[in-house]
Amino acid sequence: MAIDRNETFDVIVVGAGPAGSAAALRLAEQRVKVLLIERGTAPGAKNMMGGRIYTHSLERLVPDFRDRAPLERKVTKERISIGAGNEMTTIEYSYEDGQPNEESYVVLRAKFDKWLAEEAEKKGALLVSNVQVTDLITEGEGKKQRVVGVRCHDDEVYAKLVIIAEGSNTLLLEKAGLTAPTDPSTMAVGVKEVYKLKKEDLENRLMLSGDDGMAWLTLGDMTSGLLGGGFIYTNKDSLSVGMVVGLEDIGKADRSVDDMLSAFTSHPRIAPLLKNGQLKEHSAHLVPEGGYKSMPKLGGNGYIIVGDAARMCMNLGYTIRGMDLAIESGMCAADAVNVALRDENMDRVAKLYERQIKSSWLLKDLKRYKNMPKFLATHPRIFNEYPAFVNNLMRDVFTVNGDGAVPMMKKIMRRVGDIGLFTLIRDAWKGVRSL
Amino acid sequence: MELLVCIKQVPDTSEIKLDPETNNLIRTGLPSIVNPDDMHALEAALAVKDQYEGSRVTVVSMGPPQAEEALRQCLALGADDAVLVTDRAFGGADTLATSYTIASAIRHIQRTMNRQFQIIFCGKQAIDGDTAQVGPQIAEELGMAQATYACELSVDQAAQKAVVKRQHENGYEIVEVPLPLLVTATAELNEPRQPGLWSSIYAKRYTITHVTLRDMPHIDESRIGLNGSPTRVRKVYQPPLRGKVEMLPSIEEGAKKVLELAYHIKPEKFAHLLVPNDAPVEVAEDNDEGVDVKDPVQRAASVESVSPSEFKAVAAAKGDEGSKGGDR
Repeated sequence: MAIDRNETFDVIVVGAGPAGSAAALRLAEQRVKVLLIERGTAPGAKNMMGGRIYTHSLERLVPDFRDRAPLERKVTKERISIGAGNEMTTIEYSYEDGQPNEESYVVLRAKFDKWLAEEAEKKGALLVSNVQVTDLITEGEGKKQRVVGVRCHDDEVYAKLVIIAEGSNTLLLEKAGLTAPTDPSTMAVGVKEVYKLKKEDLENRLMLSGDDGMAWLTLGDMTSGLLGGGFIYTNKDSLSVGMVVGLEDIGKADRSVDDMLSAFTSHPRIAPLLKNGQLKEHSAHLVPEGGYKSMPKLGGNGYIIVGDAARMCMNLGYTIRGMDLAIESGMCAADAVNVALRDENMDRVAKLYERQIKSSWLLKDLKRYKNMPKFLATHPRIFNEYPAFVNNLMRDVFTVNGDGAVPMMKKIMRRVGDIGLFTLIRDAWKGVRSL
Repeated sequence: MELLVCIKQVPDTSEIKLDPETNNLIRTGLPSIVNPDDMHALEAALAVKDQYEGSRVTVVSMGPPQAEEALRQCLALGADDAVLVTDRAFGGADTLATSYTIASAIRHIQRTMNRQFQIIFCGKQAIDGDTAQVGPQIAEELGMAQATYACELSVDQAAQKAVVKRQHENGYEIVEVPLPLLVTATAELNEPRQPGLWSSIYAKRYTITHVTLRDMPHIDESRIGLNGSPTRVRKVYQPPLRGKVEMLPSIEEGAKKVLELAYHIKPEKFAHLLVPNDAPVEVAEDNDEGVDVKDPVQRAASVESVSPSEFKAVAAAKGDEGSKGGDR
């Protein structure tokens, strides 16, 4: 057996995250010759997120994923907390008997992404890990520029199409001049720690049973007034605790993101949950937060873009989505490629892909919330004054001190006065309208 | 040139843990890696391959079937062929049985694949055993020259020799060695390369040859596996943590401290060298009152009631008799 450096592929997928692996899996199912290249030592090794995947799109890709995928816990409890100083106001919602397509699970990416890439491999995709794609090979200039393959240091490989699933840090696309440099105001940085706990401690502290899990998002001064928030997700016997902070103003904050995270994990409302926990991991990653308006052109001659690289992420504050969009975009890409290969007209792939995306829920959802990122970015009160307002209000409501009771309306209006009734109504109106 | 690299799949010892009760290694769930020094051995072989066109690098490993993963890593870096020596009968081997088995497998490979290896590369030692014995023992078994702890290597194919700079504790030794040669590589020898795309694809598709006991009918079965291993591990234990270091200002202080420590270990032997600070040096004789000096138990009990810091070293005082004795 010898190496044939002139071998070509139908499709090269750059990046074995959920978007890339979903595309490779679907393509391999259709007997397309696909090469999936991953930079990490294994798929998922360098990937990171808070913790939850909504599995509706995964279910269509791998119908029996519940029996096979490395799932940590099924989310049956949602918590949202608003924090100010040591005070915290929390809303909790628990449920069961949801429809299968409404389920969501907490996963750890090092395990999950590896599994999904291996599923693609089982279907016949050629998965190569620990190899970095250093360049997209293009031919022609300007509008005629066409991606024909990829370069990995000294090695070149060519294909009819390259699916770019390189993730949030779009180095290859930028280097090839196919997208503009990323605007930092559309990005955030996520930091996360994983604390190992005794399984029963974890379940007792959060009142969970069996394989049930919780997704807990927090908003407030833990991000020092910057756009962002904290999160806690339950794994089998560990907790993923972290926060996401807008990238643009990180330098203006009064403390580093790491300091914010350590203040968060030692917060009096959070620390008891982590007691006797053993810190196992510390990680950080870029998060696309710009939504619909930050999306690039989804493809061109010889290439299409999927997942985080195409900015397919949605953060509404109470639901955070990325992986389900990534998997959907990978499937759309594969469908477009299959049609183009059948018609033997690869020039149409980008158009077909765009049409697939437009006709799926993916673009509709992204479009629906297109104003949300800007609303959050331009209303710092959400991360400062409003959390204080909510907690002050709660204090007034629950305080009994023998100084004589105050009418509820007076309590509320006193706190509203801190912000201004008009400002409050205007912000609430805008906020609700962007949902 | 035909080049051979011997590698071992080892648990990543940066993550290793000992069972606190049995003191055995907890091997389950540990990530496996190619032994780091073996990566330098492979790189050295690949460098020679780059130097002499038409060279081939064969990698061999002994271990369970999952060691294929380690061999594939070597193929992804540029090795041409990989062979796994694997059989339950080879299990439980010490370094002697291991090197005999690998040497036998090398003979087998030379015969069946029709290649005469001119240089065999090994890592200087494995991180899980740290013995540094298998490489040299393979060379002995095969009757070839060896140069261990190589930190520089240059090969001259035409002259059929190599110059090796060997690392010692206190310096270097430069030797000229004839081929065929076995080299064991240190980390200083080179910087391992990154895997290439085509070689990674090659590694994915490659079918690794297995060599089992049945393939080697001439092997001496009394020299393999657990039965062929004279080494007996009597005990595996965690070395005690080193205590904190204390810097002392003078030789006298040092001498005093040594005596105090000695006293702590064997009070009955060293008590007579230590005296309380406020007592004259001759205090040792006072022990006659009520304590039987000859009875170590009684004696130890009598001195133990005084904390060592209240003692001063008799040794330090001996030089100036008549003074208050070591009280400085």
